[in-house]
Amino acid sequence: MWGLANPDRFMRLTRGWGAGLGLLAALLIGAGLWMGFTAPEDYQQGDTVRIMFIHVPAAWVSLAAYVALGAASFAALVWRHPLADAAAKVCAPIGAVFTVLALATGSLWGKPMWGTWWVWDARLTSVVVLLLFYLGVMALRASIDDEGRAGRAAAVLALVGLVNLPIIKFSVDWWSTLHQPASVFRGDGPTMTADYLWPLGLMGLGYSLLFAALWILAIRTEVRQRRITALMLRQARGG
Amino acid sequence: MLDLDMSPYGPFVWGAYALSAIALIGLSAVIVQRARSVAARLARLEADT
Repeated sequence: MWGLANPDRFMRLTRGWGAGLGLLAALLIGAGLWMGFTAPEDYQQGDTVRIMFIHVPAAWVSLAAYVALGAASFAALVWRHPLADAAAKVCAPIGAVFTVLALATGSLWGKPMWGTWWVWDARLTSVVVLLLFYLGVMALRASIDDEGRAGRAAAVLALVGLVNLPIIKFSVDWWSTLHQPASVFRGDGPTMTADYLWPLGLMGLGYSLLFAALWILAIRTEVRQRRITALMLRQARGG
Repeated sequence: MLDLDMSPYGPFVWGAYALSAIALIGLSAVIVQRARSVAARLARLEADT
């Protein structure tokens, strides 16, 4: 773990990971799509149940990405490690895209099933707050010129946002919401039939690996970008 | 059996899938393109120094 924290070692160890994980993600998503479109339609939701195979994985990844952002921010803040700061910096925009997808695909499911595009219930509102934290972290970092101060300020905000994660998870239990309760990660096991659980699982794994691939690739790019900045500074001082 | 007839919910189902495909392929393309351009720029700079 700590060995990975060295940027040079990280670059050596993760060479080719982006492409490998991306390929694996594409295969899993392809298999999930095939199973999703061969599964029978739901007796209540009809074909809109197939939106779940992209909505739920996007929502899972939006939460997982924020956990990753929080962990990287904690490491950057406590140990002041540049690799952790780079990981936090590039994690936020990727997580924000998955959050937007979770909200948009949920809305496209909600209109035919709930009769409305949007309702301010606890689950939907807390996911909007998650998106605002992502955007806030990105905006705060972009608004401060000094890279070190920007990273620390963004890390503090990201850590504050971690409070929102259990609120999102348990919002459907704590409050009366239009959003249905958990049907996969439950103490008494999934309540979903295997016809839907398999494509959902494959898509969830595929989305997770896609996030991992994009995150690793973006961290590698950020490390390189910082080397470019350092080299240019050295050249400017030398000249 | 592959079932692509989503009626009467076609616009919602295909809209969600199209949006997801555009966003994820677009995000991947932006990250890969930036990775390539930054790697090439660093290689040029290191060759110069």
